[in-house]
Amino acid sequence: MIGIVRPEKANDVLEALYRAEVRGVSMSRVQGHGGELNRVETYRGTTVQMGLSEKVRFEIAVSDEFVEPTIEALCEGARTGDVGDGKIFVVALEQAVRIRTGDTDMGAVTPMDK
Amino acid sequence: MTAAAIATAVARVDSGDTAWMLIATALVLMMTPALGLFYAGLVRSKNTLNTFMMCVAAIAIAMVTWAAVGYSLAFDGDGSLVGGLGNAFLHGVDFAPRAGMTIPQLVFFAFQATFCIITVALVSGAVVERMRFGPFLIFAALWSVLVYAVLAHWAFGGGWLQAGGTLDFAGGVPVEMGSGFSALAAALVVGARKDYGRQAMLPHNAMFVLLGAGLLWFGWFGFNGGSGFSTGNASVLAFTNTLLTPACTLIVWFALDLIRGRKVTAIGAATAIVVGCVAITPAGGFISPGWAMLLGALAALPSYAIIVWRTRTRVDETLDVLAAHGLAGFTGILFIGFFAEAAWNGVSDGLFYGNAAQLGHQALAAVAAPAYAFAVTFVLLKLIGLVMPLRATEHDEAIGMDVTQHGEEAYVTGEGAILIAPETDVEPELPAAQPA
Repeated sequence: MIGIVRPEKANDVLEALYRAEVRGVSMSRVQGHGGELNRVETYRGTTVQMGLSEKVRFEIAVSDEFVEPTIEALCEGARTGDVGDGKIFVVALEQAVRIRTGDTDMGAVTPMDK
Repeated sequence: MTAAAIATAVARVDSGDTAWMLIATALVLMMTPALGLFYAGLVRSKNTLNTFMMCVAAIAIAMVTWAAVGYSLAFDGDGSLVGGLGNAFLHGVDFAPRAGMTIPQLVFFAFQATFCIITVALVSGAVVERMRFGPFLIFAALWSVLVYAVLAHWAFGGGWLQAGGTLDFAGGVPVEMGSGFSALAAALVVGARKDYGRQAMLPHNAMFVLLGAGLLWFGWFGFNGGSGFSTGNASVLAFTNTLLTPACTLIVWFALDLIRGRKVTAIGAATAIVVGCVAITPAGGFISPGWAMLLGALAALPSYAIIVWRTRTRVDETLDVLAAHGLAGFTGILFIGFFAEAAWNGVSDGLFYGNAAQLGHQALAAVAAPAYAFAVTFVLLKLIGLVMPLRATEHDEAIGMDVTQHGEEAYVTGEGAILIAPETDVEPELPAAQPA
């Protein structure tokens, strides 16, 4: 699952994911354009339209029963109601491997108790 | 003024004193951008420019209000509460020295202006990351006159504190306690940042903080070393004490850091430099180097305690102006009452040398200045708040003050930036036109 959200909401999303007991998360800073209004900035006489906005991209691998709770957590954490709140893309996962143990698929994305 | 009068006046000017005071003035002016760097490093990256710009704005606003009425209210006449308007708009401020001085009044004016400027900039530390830029400009203009100029008159301009015997070498009353307790009032009126207490809000560039603190210390040699208005003993003593006191504050701060967190921190060290410089500000020319070292060590304790305590409260006095300036200034002012030494300062002894009355004068200033600064700032911001919103909307605060207040970013990449309007009237086809 890929969630692209506002950088200022990233902490709220992490909190919501934590409450939904989704534990495996990667995040990265990305720049993107999703149809929101562009903002205009001026630097010493040079006026530019910033076509790309800063976003944070969450990548979360979950098993089937966690798909809905994860979507809910992303929406809850990231929504402000204004244009530019971001998108969630759910994609099928071919295979997952936990490097340390060699566990695959379900075993790889289920948190272990130590 | 006749030509002869000008000649006599100029004759009383000492070239060595004037040369030093010109340099000292430039050193103090540099402290305001240095403070901008210090503050900007402490905030989140999305608020870098706005935080620095509050310091830049302080230069613009306070310089003009100081020239218009601030200087006159502080230094014209010896009224008890406030000075007169005789020097308003620089009237009568020229090459002749003030009574008892050896530098042209123009230099004295400029030197004192840089004090007003940095004090206004200091207060901004309480309200960064959420106060709108426009209301801050209005606040800065009014505050520089209603609070700074009045306190400067009390402590430096012959007002009731100075006339009553309070010693304040370089601004413990107007600059340090004035800014610190005003900052507390400003934080209470403007309110906490929306994420305060909910999210960790970390300094985005510790190097800026260290660099800013280093430049502040450098500038402080002009601030304290210039406050004798000459190259005389008081200036020399204050200059050297400005070296000794912060060094001792640093050592104690290291120790406190070690006890609390088992590690000596860099941002703690930067803070300690400021606390030490602040503590010696009022006392610089009045206490011996030995006592100055003790002052540095002692000053670390209350400021450190307040920083630890404040961050656990709902009071979002964001950059701890109260702890670093208000409290350290308070410590320095009181310290004079104990350890001032006439053998060093030629003015007065403190309690330790048999003059208990001095402690009374100092305690009076340590109560009156915070009370006045807090009360006037509180009411002033409440009144401005009636006319316009003081803070940015939650939405704007979340996006960041750089983009929403200034339309710029500190760390812009340029990716995805589309040029929309080159602002030039020159036809690009003209052969004479050079690309910018």
